Amino acid sequence: MDLSFTQAEQDFQQEVRDFLATSLPHDLSEKVRLNKRLGKDDYQRWHAILNDKGWLAPGWPVEHGGAGWSPVQKHIFEDEACLAHAPRTVPFGITMLAPVLLAFGTEAQVARYLPRILSGEDWWCQGYSEPGAGSDLASLKTRAVRDGDHYIVNGQKTWTTLGQHANKIFCLVRTDPDAKKQEGISFLLIDMDTPGVTLRPITLIDGQPEVNEVFFDDVRVPAENLVGEENKGWTYAKYLLTHERTNIAGVGFSNAALATVKRVASEVTSGGKPLAQNPFFAARLAQVEIDLMAMATTNLRILAAAEAGRAPGPESSMLKLKGTIIRQELTSLLRRALGPHALPHQPDFLDGGDNAETLGHEQAPGAAANYFNMRKLSIFGGSNEIQRTIVAKSVLGG
Amino acid sequence: MDFTLSDERRMLQDSLSRYLADHLDHERRRKTLDSGAPYNADLYKGLADLGTLAALFPEEAGGFGGTGPDLALVFETLGRAGTLEPFLPAALAAPLLTDHADLVEQVIAGESIVTLAHTEPDARYDLADVTLSAKPTLNGTKTNVLFGAQATHLIVSARESGDRLDPEGISLFLVPTDAPGLTITPLTNVDGTASAQIAFTDTPAETRLGEPAQGHALLETATAHAILALSAETLGAMEAAKDLTLAYLQERQQFGRPIGTFQALQHRLADMLTEIEQARSAVLNLAGHLDAPRDIRERHVSATKNLVGRVAALVAEEAVQMHGGIGMTEEYELSHHARRLVMADHLFGDVDHHLERFIHLSGG
Repeated sequence: MDLSFTQAEQDFQQEVRDFLATSLPHDLSEKVRLNKRLGKDDYQRWHAILNDKGWLAPGWPVEHGGAGWSPVQKHIFEDEACLAHAPRTVPFGITMLAPVLLAFGTEAQVARYLPRILSGEDWWCQGYSEPGAGSDLASLKTRAVRDGDHYIVNGQKTWTTLGQHANKIFCLVRTDPDAKKQEGISFLLIDMDTPGVTLRPITLIDGQPEVNEVFFDDVRVPAENLVGEENKGWTYAKYLLTHERTNIAGVGFSNAALATVKRVASEVTSGGKPLAQNPFFAARLAQVEIDLMAMATTNLRILAAAEAGRAPGPESSMLKLKGTIIRQELTSLLRRALGPHALPHQPDFLDGGDNAETLGHEQAPGAAANYFNMRKLSIFGGSNEIQRTIVAKSVLGG
Repeated sequence: MDFTLSDERRMLQDSLSRYLADHLDHERRRKTLDSGAPYNADLYKGLADLGTLAALFPEEAGGFGGTGPDLALVFETLGRAGTLEPFLPAALAAPLLTDHADLVEQVIAGESIVTLAHTEPDARYDLADVTLSAKPTLNGTKTNVLFGAQATHLIVSARESGDRLDPEGISLFLVPTDAPGLTITPLTNVDGTASAQIAFTDTPAETRLGEPAQGHALLETATAHAILALSAETLGAMEAAKDLTLAYLQERQQFGRPIGTFQALQHRLADMLTEIEQARSAVLNLAGHLDAPRDIRERHVSATKNLVGRVAALVAEEAVQMHGGIGMTEEYELSHHARRLVMADHLFGDVDHHLERFIHLSGG
């Protein structure tokens, strides 16, 4: 048994490290490192840098401008990018919509949309969730009625992440209300500036408008914006969700967060000594690190199986469960490590430029906000209760 | 054994609950927060007129309460309603103001606010970690001063002798906030409550509370009162979070039935209810031992703060999880209770601090 990467993979890892060291702007990585708030420009800058390198779309075929990486290469890149505090790439166009278009879209749709995703001309958002649906996604109610060359769309989507920056939305809509829940759904591409589309930001528990409600009021959508066949949207949605669940373990994020907690614990004092020497804090931190070490290997085992062509089973649910629990515990530990300094809300620092000052440790302003924001990890993408049910059913049946 | 409330306390609790039900709800609370005001001055005055502050002070100081059970019932009721008003500073100051009847009278009337300025930027939660000096004027910085920008008076811990971390040598001084040499930076905490960072530059130290260099014991006493008050307040917030969650589990439909019919959620709810009862007992333990000898009282202080801190985080996290996305929104009431439940752990020592302290106090 050999737990290490192959020589070719190690060479690739070094190449990624060199690229990040030279190409990731320092002001961007500082924002990410301190849990400051990223604006549209921040995301687009990093998007453009990756696109110039040809590394923006890891899983796309090379002929469409993708990197054509293997699962292990994707993992290595994610891990290194997180450790370097690179902004995440916005996944909606690159890792959600594009694979669906490549698998089920028309040639015209692929030719039109993929280059615009790479160039940044289109910012896609996701129109899946609805107020009454939640993890019961198939109970969605937004209606699309065919009217000549158009669909007329009416309804509401919610939890639309970063929709305030988007000019396009891909939606699941109900085209046959009489069919069974999963069978009357279609997959539709909609311009956000079409008359009748309105967006309302939702402020989250950390004070940020990260998600939105999107309302459709007699919105006319050209029929050519239908992806695949009418009423087959659930098949495409499921395909998309399996792509969404790649990197759900978040090993890179956890590695970076662990390093941050360790650094803070060595820099703040408790009873005149570094907090890192406090046995109670040290024990908590060690337990998470031990869990993370094992989970990283679980992740690699599943990657190895994927490279060998075996489809992931309930393991992806296990990764989501364990990965989110570990990430949440690390945000909790960072908050605790900062002690009283985690209390003040410091929006000037979180939103401000490089000169905004912080009270207490430099990690203090972002720690509680990030802790609260990351509660979403166990709710979205199929809540952890749903994942537990999937794991249990895989052995118990039913 | 008798866990029932006396008639007087029951009357206070009833009138307080009724007043809060009539004058405070989630919308009004949000309006106060959105206005930028640290709290609602009319509500505070109304609650003061009702005797809420008087219940925090003993009779000999001009109040009509001040015992553990008084603090517990007042703060549980305040916490359940999500009040933002400056009651916690009064609970902290109450044991320290025995010789200042005039000031206590103003505090009880809601006209003066006295708060403790103790925590220092590098001190974390150690009560003995004081470097602000009093030789002879006050020089240094205090942080996390609750309502520091709204207070009329500060009780400042300062070192007159000894080294950093030495419990001996700390004195407490009563300082009006219009004294010279104060630089007050107002702050809003993550949970919406007000605090401040205060820098002292040659500020006169004219009024000492208690004996010189013997302030550490007073700090422990004040902190014991504050921890009881805060623990009872978070118990109230847990009750509010529980009520919201229970209602949500019953009304929210998914996969064609109320989500409360799913066993996975039923078991989580059962664990949450059980832990809340544990927290209630821990609050009662401290309330019943607030006037006990120091060694006994302090074991209960640390036991209660540790247990309540653990349960508060669990209730916040579980309630948000069981609500799903709606629990994550600023607009919905639950997120406000959740923030208070979590951030209370950062006041007066967190779960780890009090676990370590409990072991130490138990001879470990």
